[in-house]
Amino acid sequence: MSASTLKIALVGNPNCGKTALFNQLTGGRQKVANYAGVTVERKEGRFTAPSGRVLQLLDLPGTYSFEANSPDEQITRDVCAGTYPGEAPPDLIVCVADATNLRLHLRFVLEVKRLGRPVVLALNMMDTARQRGIVIDMPQLQERLGLPVVETIAVKRGGAKALIERVDGEVPTAAPAQTDDAASRADLHAQVRELLAATVTMPRATAVIDDALDRWTLHPVFGLMILAVVMFLVFQAVYSLGKPMTDLIGDGFGWMGERAAALMPAGPLQSLVTDGLFGGIGTVLGFLPEILALFLFIIVLEESGYLPRAAFLLDRLMLSVGLTGRSFIPLLSSFACAIPGIMGTRSIQDPRDRLATILIAPLMTCSARLPVYALLIGAFIPTRRVFGVFNLQGVVLFALYLAGILGAMAVGWVMKHIRRDKSEHALLMELPSYRLPKVRDVAIGLYERGAIFMKRLTGVILGLTILMWFISTFPSPPAGATGPAIEYSFAGYIGRALQYVFAPIGFNWQISLALIPAFAARETAVAALATVYLVGGEASGLGQALAGQISLASALSLLVWFAYAPQCMSTLAVIRRETDSWRNVAISFGYMFVLAYAASFVVYQVARALT
Amino acid sequence: MRLSELPKGSPAVVDGVDDAHAADPIAQRLRDLGFVDGEPVRVVAIGPMGGDPVLIQIGSTRFALRRAEAARVNVRIEVAA
Repeated sequence: MSASTLKIALVGNPNCGKTALFNQLTGGRQKVANYAGVTVERKEGRFTAPSGRVLQLLDLPGTYSFEANSPDEQITRDVCAGTYPGEAPPDLIVCVADATNLRLHLRFVLEVKRLGRPVVLALNMMDTARQRGIVIDMPQLQERLGLPVVETIAVKRGGAKALIERVDGEVPTAAPAQTDDAASRADLHAQVRELLAATVTMPRATAVIDDALDRWTLHPVFGLMILAVVMFLVFQAVYSLGKPMTDLIGDGFGWMGERAAALMPAGPLQSLVTDGLFGGIGTVLGFLPEILALFLFIIVLEESGYLPRAAFLLDRLMLSVGLTGRSFIPLLSSFACAIPGIMGTRSIQDPRDRLATILIAPLMTCSARLPVYALLIGAFIPTRRVFGVFNLQGVVLFALYLAGILGAMAVGWVMKHIRRDKSEHALLMELPSYRLPKVRDVAIGLYERGAIFMKRLTGVILGLTILMWFISTFPSPPAGATGPAIEYSFAGYIGRALQYVFAPIGFNWQISLALIPAFAARETAVAALATVYLVGGEASGLGQALAGQISLASALSLLVWFAYAPQCMSTLAVIRRETDSWRNVAISFGYMFVLAYAASFVVYQVARALT
Repeated sequence: MRLSELPKGSPAVVDGVDDAHAADPIAQRLRDLGFVDGEPVRVVAIGPMGGDPVLIQIGSTRFALRRAEAARVNVRIEVAA
């Protein structure tokens, strides 16, 4: 690192527009990782100032106060104080404050100033402040604070120009460090009041538009109706946008696999390329459109300020099952995939609420289960009308989603009553102003989450697909064998061994076998079933093959198994990473296995008695 | 009077935050968020299920507080001078 590299830490209250400013300054040149040993995201970027100097920018987690309440707030405090191990103290702290909310944000600015490090204050959202008629006496504020103050508009092109010029110039001298005790903390509010009285005139405390929108979105009746409509639209859009693209990608890779196969001689290598390689990549990529579509909506709702409103409306309900309103966002994401959902629990600052949400998230029906549901429902549930309007297949699908949600509520309720820590955990959630999401911020957020998702899954699914192909192809059947080849393979042996465990819930050895790759990634269960049933026999559609081979009771039991079964390996890996504990992985795996086995057992035995 | 008892819409002024127990982090956070003596507050909205949580306007900021959290905040209703 050259000597002229300046290390800048970006700090500020939540909702000050800090991340938008970070995106504006660094563009796509960001590196997202974790702080060592903890699960807090570390975002770093760099940019070159007009003078040619390289500036290294660290985006620290937003915090209201250095009196840290959560791991991410502790990191912000320690990095700013220069005491965080492995992180060099910043040469300069850029403190970002929302110009429309200075009463809250200036207090933190004063706290940062007391650290005794060079600080520049960026007054962000100056455009909104002006629109609302807020007048800030900048020279006066700068003089009273004793800090350089610049205006920024993070969401406008060139809106960080003044900040870039300032940080590219001379590093400002630091104010003397001050001790931190209860009396001086209380004094900060008095100082803020004085500052505001002397430098800021504000015609109105809140934005008119916020008041008007909140009257509807937080209304006890209309608010819930709006929430239901929003959620319905999101899911409709995910399936109508994502599904066709998923099919297109799957077909595309199937076609490419065939073309590749035509170029090589028949044999194990050819089947590895078509079934293993192209099939595997097609599965991974085909998964992406739905995930991205859901994330698009979640990010837009988050950026617009609507998601905290949804959390407000649902907090009471979530609290009754031992969660918090904030759990709503990660749980909603978990309908796409539990992995981003679990990663999304980082927005829950309270560790206990966060863990509860992580343990429950995999019960939400992720989209990886859809191919399995689609296959089994298509094969076993007739397309009959129910009550004249509903399709029975749709009703079953809905029931499976509902089973996941009800199961999650039950598990949450049980956890709430058996956990030792029954102390009060706060909601204390800020509802920020409504904002129009900016394309750049949405795009960067989408790219980051998509990339993390791909990194987590590509290797696992591809590796397992190839492994599955291997164990179901070798060893080859002995000469003169009469049964399908797969019966003589490794897969055949494993499936038959597992069958003893799963026979009471109605699974034959082929299904037991398919559960192995399903543990790697659930949607591969379909591919595995296709392999075990079609590789050996004559291909005439997997659904038909299944309908001829297993009973309705077994099919229903398998559906229920997938609604509750221990999540895929990737999810367990993410739980390990996010909670830093194998114990939580074991708890998660264990309770879901028991739940799934019990539920499937009941369904199988009841269905068998009735059919 | 407690903030949790304040009717929706009526303006009041904060009269300090009580610790629910010794070294109460929730009370400390409320103070850090600006619930200090003399700050004007108002209940803007109440939750759809059992009136919990409540949405509090303090300064330019809106915070959702559960009733148990709001009960830590003492308020007084001041007649406009």
